[in-house]
Amino acid sequence: MAAREDLASADIATYLAEQEQKTLLRFITCGSVDDGKSTLIGRLLFDSKLIYEDQLAAVERDSKVAGTQGEKVDLALLVDGLAAEREQGITIDVAYRFFSTDRRKFIVADTPGHEQYTRNMATGASTADVAVLLIDARNGVQAQTRRHAYITSLLGIRHVVVAVNKMDLVDFAQSRFDEISREFDELAGHLEFASATSIPVSALDGDNVTARSTRMPWYEGPALLGYLEEVDVSPQELAAFRMPVQWVNRPNHEFRGFCGTIAAGTVARGDAVIAMPSGRRSTVDRIVSFAGDLDRAVSGQAVTLTLADEIDVSRGDVLCSGDDPAEQSDQFAAHIVWMHAKPLLPGRQYRFKTDNQTVLGSVTDLKYKVDVNSFAKQAGKTLELNDIGVANIALAKPVVFAPYRDNRRLGSFIIIDRQSNETVGAGMLDFSLRRAANVVWQELEIGKAQRAAQKHQRP
Amino acid sequence: MTQLTHLDRLEAESIHIMREVVAECDKPVMLYSVGKDSSVMLRLALKAFHPARPPFPLLHVDTTWKFREMIEFRDRMAGQYGLDLIVHINEEGVAEGIGPISHGSAVHTDVMKTQALKQALDRYGFDAAFGGARRDEDKSRAKERVFSFRSAQHRWDPKNQRPELWSIYNTRVARGESMRVFPMSNWTELDIWQYIHRENIEIPSLYFAARRPVVERDGVLIMVDDERLPLEKGERPQERMVRFRTLGCYPLTGAIESEATTLLEIIRETLVTTSSERQGRVIDSDVGASMEQKKQEGYF
Repeated sequence: MAAREDLASADIATYLAEQEQKTLLRFITCGSVDDGKSTLIGRLLFDSKLIYEDQLAAVERDSKVAGTQGEKVDLALLVDGLAAEREQGITIDVAYRFFSTDRRKFIVADTPGHEQYTRNMATGASTADVAVLLIDARNGVQAQTRRHAYITSLLGIRHVVVAVNKMDLVDFAQSRFDEISREFDELAGHLEFASATSIPVSALDGDNVTARSTRMPWYEGPALLGYLEEVDVSPQELAAFRMPVQWVNRPNHEFRGFCGTIAAGTVARGDAVIAMPSGRRSTVDRIVSFAGDLDRAVSGQAVTLTLADEIDVSRGDVLCSGDDPAEQSDQFAAHIVWMHAKPLLPGRQYRFKTDNQTVLGSVTDLKYKVDVNSFAKQAGKTLELNDIGVANIALAKPVVFAPYRDNRRLGSFIIIDRQSNETVGAGMLDFSLRRAANVVWQELEIGKAQRAAQKHQRP
Repeated sequence: MTQLTHLDRLEAESIHIMREVVAECDKPVMLYSVGKDSSVMLRLALKAFHPARPPFPLLHVDTTWKFREMIEFRDRMAGQYGLDLIVHINEEGVAEGIGPISHGSAVHTDVMKTQALKQALDRYGFDAAFGGARRDEDKSRAKERVFSFRSAQHRWDPKNQRPELWSIYNTRVARGESMRVFPMSNWTELDIWQYIHRENIEIPSLYFAARRPVVERDGVLIMVDDERLPLEKGERPQERMVRFRTLGCYPLTGAIESEATTLLEIIRETLVTTSSERQGRVIDSDVGASMEQKKQEGYF
């Protein structure tokens, strides 16, 4: 922070203008306590100077009592949260950490490696763009690496980076690093990543964490932080417009705005849209915002749209690009992660909550369970806590969706127990079990003039 | 495609959360504490529901020991945006004469803040209450959900939290149970300041350095905001250039010496600061895991 103290007030305006252009990257760290995961996150926070002096003083104090690093400050204690965890010496839940560089702001989902790993990892991975998998250089790819990679891939993370940690304990040997990278690449070949990158690090001493290490001159790639600053996770440019309607804003009889967060594509004034599942068509009249109307809005923005025609649209509907509507269905094949001690009961009614509505439904047929260590399919009649399975589900009414691998927002759901109201599971839609699910049969209700307009013909 | 900045994405997430509460909960309320985080939260609510006014009231739990300027600022904001403001004071506490000086910070905070909040939520039957807390404020907050379930007794059970995936929030509660909802969970202190700057959001002038009468108690600078602060023998308030990093009950809120009289200067100071935000709050330094304990008991 010393350098920052020189910032004169006049420079602050410039500095802020730059800072306000930063992008956001969310990543998850996977690994066990023994892999040095907390130390790695502590190191990222510490080296990016986001540890305040009073926090550091507390950690120095704690290091003497509970630390595992002798005279060194135990950076893992920086991220060791709840009192209950400190007593047990393990992380029991997902914790979120924040740090930033001049290029990006980072949100880290820190998940435990042992206890409840599937439930917690799935939770942390659900909002992450990138996964950092820790491997102990002495042990190489283990069963837990396989399950971390599998869950990461299942939750739709496209970019995975392997931090081969504790390189200091294998004499910074390139041969050992190469061996582990090859092992991991072989594993990643079975999964659906867009990229898999390996980086040799020593979290304890900071080698290749925030700066390139001089102790591994044979390694020519970026340090972990450099990778995280560079990796491209921007949404697909050409995806068709999708906006799940979250809430209808009706302050008076003159105004009816459809509020939602754009799940894909872009929208501009005058764009033709179709409301699914009704199939009713209109065009975007205004994109309303507090600071004045917008001409255009993009994926990720929370907006309010008004339409040129008075068509019936409500929460649960999805506004789609007029020439490319989303599919709808009430029967699906889906991957399900079970998150509760009471097992899944096929046939029992649960509430299924999607991005913008809650529908009753049930699991009609559990096809198989997945062994997250071997990726093997296993027969099963139920899913227990932390099990992952593939099942058919039937909902009480059709919902508008996209396969999860194409769109996380439109392909995800949680399962809520009707009696206890607890979240008992989470799922990812694979495909509809009905044919031609995006046929808009209500098309017949469209008048001659509208039809002609769509087709650029004269009636 | 236009790249959204980190502030754009944080803003969109917060708006999504607020709309979800309004779409799903019966009787939401926004806890408004007058500070900079509340100011940002209020702006986000104005944006989320524009052109409608936020479809829920603001609730301010007044401990009767807030800085005078906070009360003026609160009433002015409510008037300016035409908001429905509920002010709740624990009258039983007032009748018993509970205060931070006579009873100490722990008792005062419990009776006038924690108990008062529970009273207000019960009296009006709110089933969801927005709070401006951030995960970066405190270790125990780092694990709190955006939608944080509270039992009918308002207790938080850190070991039994609902898993929270994607941006799909389980808002369901049984009668008497409620949700505390934190739309700004993923913001940091620096994000808050950057957003105040970008959006030109008005905040109380207590955040800006000015000459104010203070006394030094155990190394903490306490502003003499009214005549209720007893002075020790021979103790005299001194005029010093100070400002506040957080706002609360004035006898429990430490000032810092500062020359920062503009927003840019505050941000500059925030960037180079060496002590974390809550250090100025007297209540946090009681015990190691005190925030976690207070939250289990119903503190926001």
